[in-house]
Amino acid sequence: CQFLYILCLLQEPSLYTVKAVFILDNDGNRLLAKYYDETYPSIKEQRNFEKNVFNKTYKTDSEIAFLEGMTIIYKSSIDLYFYVVGSSQENELMLMAVVTCLFDALMQLLRKNVEKRSLLENLDGAFLVLDEIVDGGVILESDPQQVLQKVNRVDENPFSEHSVTQVLQSAKEQIKWSILK
Amino acid sequence: MIKKFDKKDEESGSGSNPFQHLEKSAVLQEARIFNETPINPRRCLHILTKILYILNQGEHFGTTEATEAFFAMTRLFQSNDQTLRRMCYLTIKEMADISEDVIIVTSSLTKDMTGKEDVYRGPAIRALCRITDGTRWYYIHKYMKFYIVYTVFFFFCCFLALRLHHMMKMSYDVVKRWVNEAQEAASSDNIMVQYHGLGLLYHLRKNDRLAVSKMLNKFTKSGLKSPFAYCMLIRIASKLLQESEGGHDSPLFDFIEGCLRNKHEMVVYEAASAIVHLPNCTARELAPAVSVLQLFCSSPKPALRYAAVRTLNKVAMKHPSAVTACNLDLENLITDSNRSIATLAITTLLKTGSESSVDRLMKQISSFVSEISDEFKVVVVQAISALCQKYPRKHSVMMNFLSNMLRDDGGFEYKRAIVDCIISIIEENPESKEVGLAHLCEFIEDCEHTVLATRILHLLGKEGPRTQTPSKYIRFIFNRVVLENEAVRAAAVSALAKFGAQNDDLLPSVLVLLQRCMMDSDDEVRDRSTFYFNVLQQKQKALNAAYIFNGLTVSVPGLEKALHQYTLEPSEKSFDIKTVPLATAPISEQKTEITPVASKQPEKLAPSRQDIFQDQLAAIPEFRGLGPLFKSSDPVQLTEAETEYVVRCVKHMFTDHMVFQLKKNKTFKKKKKKKAPVQTEPGCRDVMLCTCPRRSLLVTSPLTILTNKLLLWFPSSSVSCTFSCTMKFLVRDCDPNTREPDDDGYEDEYVLEDLEVTVSDHIQRVLKPNFAAAWDEVGDDYEKEETFALASVKTLEEAVGNIISFLGMQPCERSDKVPENKNSHTLYLAGVFRGGHDVLARSRLALSDGVTMQVTVRSKEETPVDVILASVG
Repeated sequence: CQFLYILCLLQEPSLYTVKAVFILDNDGNRLLAKYYDETYPSIKEQRNFEKNVFNKTYKTDSEIAFLEGMTIIYKSSIDLYFYVVGSSQENELMLMAVVTCLFDALMQLLRKNVEKRSLLENLDGAFLVLDEIVDGGVILESDPQQVLQKVNRVDENPFSEHSVTQVLQSAKEQIKWSILK
Repeated sequence: MIKKFDKKDEESGSGSNPFQHLEKSAVLQEARIFNETPINPRRCLHILTKILYILNQGEHFGTTEATEAFFAMTRLFQSNDQTLRRMCYLTIKEMADISEDVIIVTSSLTKDMTGKEDVYRGPAIRALCRITDGTRWYYIHKYMKFYIVYTVFFFFCCFLALRLHHMMKMSYDVVKRWVNEAQEAASSDNIMVQYHGLGLLYHLRKNDRLAVSKMLNKFTKSGLKSPFAYCMLIRIASKLLQESEGGHDSPLFDFIEGCLRNKHEMVVYEAASAIVHLPNCTARELAPAVSVLQLFCSSPKPALRYAAVRTLNKVAMKHPSAVTACNLDLENLITDSNRSIATLAITTLLKTGSESSVDRLMKQISSFVSEISDEFKVVVVQAISALCQKYPRKHSVMMNFLSNMLRDDGGFEYKRAIVDCIISIIEENPESKEVGLAHLCEFIEDCEHTVLATRILHLLGKEGPRTQTPSKYIRFIFNRVVLENEAVRAAAVSALAKFGAQNDDLLPSVLVLLQRCMMDSDDEVRDRSTFYFNVLQQKQKALNAAYIFNGLTVSVPGLEKALHQYTLEPSEKSFDIKTVPLATAPISEQKTEITPVASKQPEKLAPSRQDIFQDQLAAIPEFRGLGPLFKSSDPVQLTEAETEYVVRCVKHMFTDHMVFQLKKNKTFKKKKKKKAPVQTEPGCRDVMLCTCPRRSLLVTSPLTILTNKLLLWFPSSSVSCTFSCTMKFLVRDCDPNTREPDDDGYEDEYVLEDLEVTVSDHIQRVLKPNFAAAWDEVGDDYEKEETFALASVKTLEEAVGNIISFLGMQPCERSDKVPENKNSHTLYLAGVFRGGHDVLARSRLALSDGVTMQVTVRSKEETPVDVILASVG
């Protein structure tokens, strides 16, 4: 208890909130994973951790778990499992905001087909979405609409050049608006 | 733009994963397509995705192949396809560490960063930050100043730059100039910009307390939009509050409390959690936070329920009464589908609930204990352990439950927690001993953890012989000798010997068993059994006590050193174990509170404090002839707190001498700083002067500037006396430029508090696991008995505490714990007197209008007995 208390004292307020984000399939295989600090430095440790987390969470849909001293917030959809990992001291709701944003953004990106196949078909988009939500452990954005705008994926018909320019325009406007205000 | 992958690709991939079985070399081969003109964005994008996927799977890239791929990728900057460009940024970030010369993309990135396309700017800057090192920051900074308005990315990249500043001071200087921008950003309307701006601002100013508190003041007044920024602000405020150590009446606390009414749950929770974690929070201050958490307990979001109950659990550790109001909500959470929440709810209830609810709660836990993770099982065990201390009468329920848990599967930490808990129950409640030992016996029958098995065997050896039917444990112990590894076998042999030593009717069979152990394949097991066999055959109580029950009391590192020294200087004399410093007995085992699951304290291997002192003193020529260090006291303060000088003294006792080690810290700040050129520290020559009423004492020359040691000849007949201390020192001015002290100075004096030497300085605590045996061993040659009346003491506990701290002896047989509702008690104390003589004291206490104490002291020498009795009277 004393030790934990000292830890609390030492904890510097910082922007680094997220330790890792990963998406696993229904066999626990990694589809996409980003680790933002040195808690799990080697690929072997990462895989072990993912396996452990998956085994403890895939049966229950209960959103939050505490494993290996980490707070893990998760969400699942059909054959996909989304995990956000933070320290045990972290505000659970901040982590929750990240997983919700990731999920909602992918939901729109994949047109409500949040499943393994469609995720893999749009893996480039998924990479970009995650990059816009968290970078280096810092939460960049928690609004899925903003994320999609930045990734440039809000348009309904992606193959028409016309709409693309329109979207670009609106995105520009949005950003300018946010800047100038 | 979304690109459908080629049909071919989809089919070639096995099943639903087109990326499965990707060969790194094949993909890198494909990457040659990057060099084709015109660039085919669709195919290039697909290949880039493949590369990122492989990297993401953790595949190792050699430097050469990574660099090759990286260079090929740089060509893609020629294409204007947006998604492709963004993927290039990602690739740059991923490859920044594994490829060489990533710096070549700087100009491309700078172009994008300063270009017209807004969508490129942010990611381009972030990629640029990833590849830039300290020296180049200056130039990039210039670009940023000119071209970038305040966007999220700008601040994020500043932050990344800060990360670099640890390595390169240069970039830190650059970043420092961004304070103004950061300040503006923190007041921005865009919520994420606000958050990052605040984070950056704090990072820049965190070493300047005043600036931080100004900043807090500003933002707590003006308010913020972003919930993230609020959380950050709460954390900064609570950190400041904790550091100030003052009361909680400050505006900072009001701010945190005000955040409990914020509209964002995230902020409300952060505030509640911050209040709960503040040290020395009163129940009144906690109340609003607890009621907010209570509301969260019924939230539909599992994460929020979890957060709330976890925080309540923490409150319950220190202020169980504050949480009682939430009992009903917590009861509802017991059936929560998330087992983590249910476990936390139950353990919280166990802390706050009444004795009557314990049975019901225990039943509920046992229904799902198998479903929760080991971490939480440990939490449950710790809650039970705390409960046993609170309601000792419930131990039978607990014991049952624990034994069931012990049978379940689980890791080492979990099992150890259970074994610890059972052992502590046994120690607290004598009536549960037999049941507990039986459970532990059953456990070691199938225990894979050597540490636990040896520990339990040791306990069996200690407690088993004193039970009603000791013979039943022999089977369990001997089974270990037959089945286990060397360490466990050796421990089992020691346990067997203890049975033989204490129970005469078992002795013949134990001797037979030990004889069998002498054939063991391991030498340690053989040695132990031979040793014990021969000791037991003598059938002498004194031998049994000295060599079987109460083992070595010397410190092991000390013994090692002494033996080493002995082998270096061969002499006619045989080695005398009395010259080895004693091991300091652990000061009355504190019941460890609930330890956090996450923290595992490293095993202590460092030499004890006394060994360190021994080495320090032995290094000084004057002290070399004093023999082994007998005891070092805890530091005694010779000054009041908050004075100009803080002087502490450690008393080192040797056989015939005593050394005072005086340590002085200067705390003054204001006074000396005003006279700037005066600097006492490097120039002063300090002398500690202690005068003793009986004889004047020699003062050794100052050994170091700040540490003085004083040597006294201290015959064993004199025990307690008082020294008055004065510190004399010479203040000399320092040249402000050269920092060289001037030659002339003035004398100054400082009167310190008196230093007392008491009887406890002469006695080292030693734990005798079997007091009765030790008592017989010492014999009654020098036994003395006297009766005292302690009029000022009102309770037995108080009397026991006073005696222990006064004599500085180790309480044995847990006799320092006075059972409730009794008006008589016997305290057993053991120690070693200066010179290496065992001293044992038995003091019978009776409560009747003050405490009457009958002390019986035994030793093999007369002096210690007299000393103790004289000092008590």
